[in-house]
Amino acid sequence: MAFYVVQFLTGLASAASLFLVASGLSIIFGVTRIVNFAHGAFYMIGAYIAFTLTERFSGAFGFWGGVVLAALAVALIGVLVEMVLLRRIYHAPELFQLLGTFGLTLMVEDLVVLIWGPDDLVGRRAPGFKGAVDFFGQNIPSYDLFLIVLGPVVLGILWLLFQRTRWGVLVRAATQDRDMVAALGVNQKWLFTSVFAVGVFLAALGGALQIPRDAVHHAMDLRIIVEVFVVVVIGGLGSIVGAFVAAVLVSELNAFGILIFPKISIILVFLVMAVVLIVRPWGLFGKPEAAARKTPGLSVNPWRPLTSNERLAALAALVVAAMLPLVAGNYALTVGSEIAIFVIFAVSLHFLMSVGGLASFGHAAYFGLGAYGVAFLAKMAGLPMIVCLLLGPLLGCMGAAVFGFFAVQLSGVYFAMLTLAFAQIVWSIAFQWVSVTGGDNGILGVWPEKWAASPSHFYWLALGVAALVTIALRVMVFSPFGYALRATRDSVLRSEAVGIDAKRIQWTAFVIAGTTAGIGGALFAYLKGSVFPDNLGISLSVDALVMVLLGGVETVSGGVIGAIVYKALNIWLVSQTDLSKLVLGGFIVLIVVVFPKGIVGMLEILAQRRRKSSPPGSSLLAKPIESAE
Amino acid sequence: MKLTVEGLNSHYGPAHILFDIGFEVGAGEVVALLGRNGAGKSTTFRSIVGLVAQRTGRIMFEGQDVSARPTHEIVREGLGYVPEERRIFTDLTVEENLEVGRQPKRANAPYWTREKLFTLFPNLGEMKGRPGGRMSGGEQQMLTIARTLMGNPSLVLLDEPSEGLSPKIVEQMVDAILTMKKEGVSIVVSEQNLHFARLISDRAYIIERGRICFGGTMAELDARPDIRDAHLSL
Repeated sequence: MAFYVVQFLTGLASAASLFLVASGLSIIFGVTRIVNFAHGAFYMIGAYIAFTLTERFSGAFGFWGGVVLAALAVALIGVLVEMVLLRRIYHAPELFQLLGTFGLTLMVEDLVVLIWGPDDLVGRRAPGFKGAVDFFGQNIPSYDLFLIVLGPVVLGILWLLFQRTRWGVLVRAATQDRDMVAALGVNQKWLFTSVFAVGVFLAALGGALQIPRDAVHHAMDLRIIVEVFVVVVIGGLGSIVGAFVAAVLVSELNAFGILIFPKISIILVFLVMAVVLIVRPWGLFGKPEAAARKTPGLSVNPWRPLTSNERLAALAALVVAAMLPLVAGNYALTVGSEIAIFVIFAVSLHFLMSVGGLASFGHAAYFGLGAYGVAFLAKMAGLPMIVCLLLGPLLGCMGAAVFGFFAVQLSGVYFAMLTLAFAQIVWSIAFQWVSVTGGDNGILGVWPEKWAASPSHFYWLALGVAALVTIALRVMVFSPFGYALRATRDSVLRSEAVGIDAKRIQWTAFVIAGTTAGIGGALFAYLKGSVFPDNLGISLSVDALVMVLLGGVETVSGGVIGAIVYKALNIWLVSQTDLSKLVLGGFIVLIVVVFPKGIVGMLEILAQRRRKSSPPGSSLLAKPIESAE
Repeated sequence: MKLTVEGLNSHYGPAHILFDIGFEVGAGEVVALLGRNGAGKSTTFRSIVGLVAQRTGRIMFEGQDVSARPTHEIVREGLGYVPEERRIFTDLTVEENLEVGRQPKRANAPYWTREKLFTLFPNLGEMKGRPGGRMSGGEQQMLTIARTLMGNPSLVLLDEPSEGLSPKIVEQMVDAILTMKKEGVSIVVSEQNLHFARLISDRAYIIERGRICFGGTMAELDARPDIRDAHLSL
């Protein structure tokens, strides 16, 4: 019994840091409507700076002073980030904000390694809380008890801050209607900056307080951010009490999950999140959003099929691409195959995002499922390659059918987060179910048969499939199904009013996109000869998002160009520099701020300008269209 | 002149909504902006306070050009705005809603305190702690006006204050607006309801399809039934 009590208390202690970080994220989201992916990065910087300060200054004052000072310093960095980056993208669609802050996260990961080195750093124990308390023969670290008390204390302070101060009243007002707050004479800019500073301070404090418990390392940002997403989604975005309850819930699930279901401990939390989102899409303590913002839309620009000249140009480009084996060596052909495969992956997500208006943050799940599908069929059933290629993607199709059914019940940020959670579930299964998937070691030896084994043959195969997939999806855009899907994207309400079953259409689109991604994954397994959990990981999902946005989210086939440019650049960067994440992150931030319409979108604008002068006042980042009067 | 609008053009994305809107408001005057649904009344107000991003033209307030300034600065100059959809902060109590609107005392404008506003709108005084979301439409309308007055404006843009209210509440609204006028607040009130406008206004402009098509005193408007019938639904 005592053991379980101690386990419970350990869970509560972990909840404290989680709550600090999650409440910060929640506060920032509430007012600025930005889901700050970089929140984990601020948490991590908080830990690193606190480590340096507490090593530098001795004594109790040095430790506690160092912790607070670290949080303040990071808050200052946060202010800088808000003023330089976020202010430019408040009016951009949510997706760009998530992506911009993700770019920031990538940059920070390389920066901390540059400054503090790649090794784990073990910090000091907290003065005054070095010992342990005996509880019926079980030890509880006294620092854990301190954290258990700290959580509710911070909750209380935040409550007072929001209920009893003018700043708190303004923040709560802005959470509901920021334009109205401005129309009452409040300077939103500084309100946003101060809110961001408070949120970042909380994250950094959470990180700094972790140093007596955990080593500081350069991957702690992604680990916490995924958990924090889960916490705020369960608790309800924007609710501080919700963040507290959910932080406790998640920490306890972690603490006891390991005891009860050691095999699926990682999944347990995501399962709970999925259930909560399905039952209460806005979280336990959240409120339903009044009206979801239009997801991608930056401007209104009707789509049209390619003219016959453009078709010829596309065909010519394909022919040129098909002649690559005549001039290029094996390495270039392998790179070419990989790019072709990523074109398939990118157009599948592009279809879901641009045509369906559903921005998935876990699209790699279906890519990876296709890859695992092939690996299972080839290695376990020993089926021929053609059969594997045809049947393997069905695993992606089935995954998309199951997860998509639940995901399309939501929209906007919640949709993004639920797809992320599903992808993490699939990843966890691949990672933990070692007997079937090989866990971290993956499944090796998935090689193509002779007819496709040579780099040129495989390249032609990948290129051919990529071309077919792109054409098929384009045809679908201009089919009745495509019109219906675009109608649900633009307005679910209106499309339902004319008799379109919106959920069903979106679900179908999700399955199509998932299956297509699975086709890419199936080819990828043969290209690499192996399958790993990373094939369904977050970073791959984000790669796909970047490709789509780089190509242009409002274009019909921007994903193709985005995939080619991004993948080529990525492969080249990794071979050129150790700081690829820094460069890539900077690149992502740049796209979000300067080229929100992507490469193809920019080209379209240039083409349009040549035809006619643009309407007055139209800027790259026009405000969302509102109805007149 | 308190407020002068010249050559105001506004766009929502590719759509051109307002065409060369121009009008003026003198100190202590109540001016009605009349027009049908969708004529551009709300867009005019939103453009003046800077809530429509794509706008050109000159907006002079208290002798200063405010057309390039951000919303909160325009409002802090003493140009209050009461939106049509009321836009109460539903999670905040009556007192908290008023707190959001509070601004320092201004030399050239009447000074409003909570107590003074509670005498102007007695209903609000009886529900200081009630969340805005649990108030009736009329009470919410009073609260939006009170909230804007907390900023001690010298001029208020009042967007369709009578919309959707019962006759009894409309009567109270007329009294409140006349009190505001007596205190020295200039008012621009947008209305579809000519009867309501007549009770409070000195002059009127008619807006139709984003253009001003009439401007004059209420008597001049009454002398032109053709204009009235063409542009206003009675």
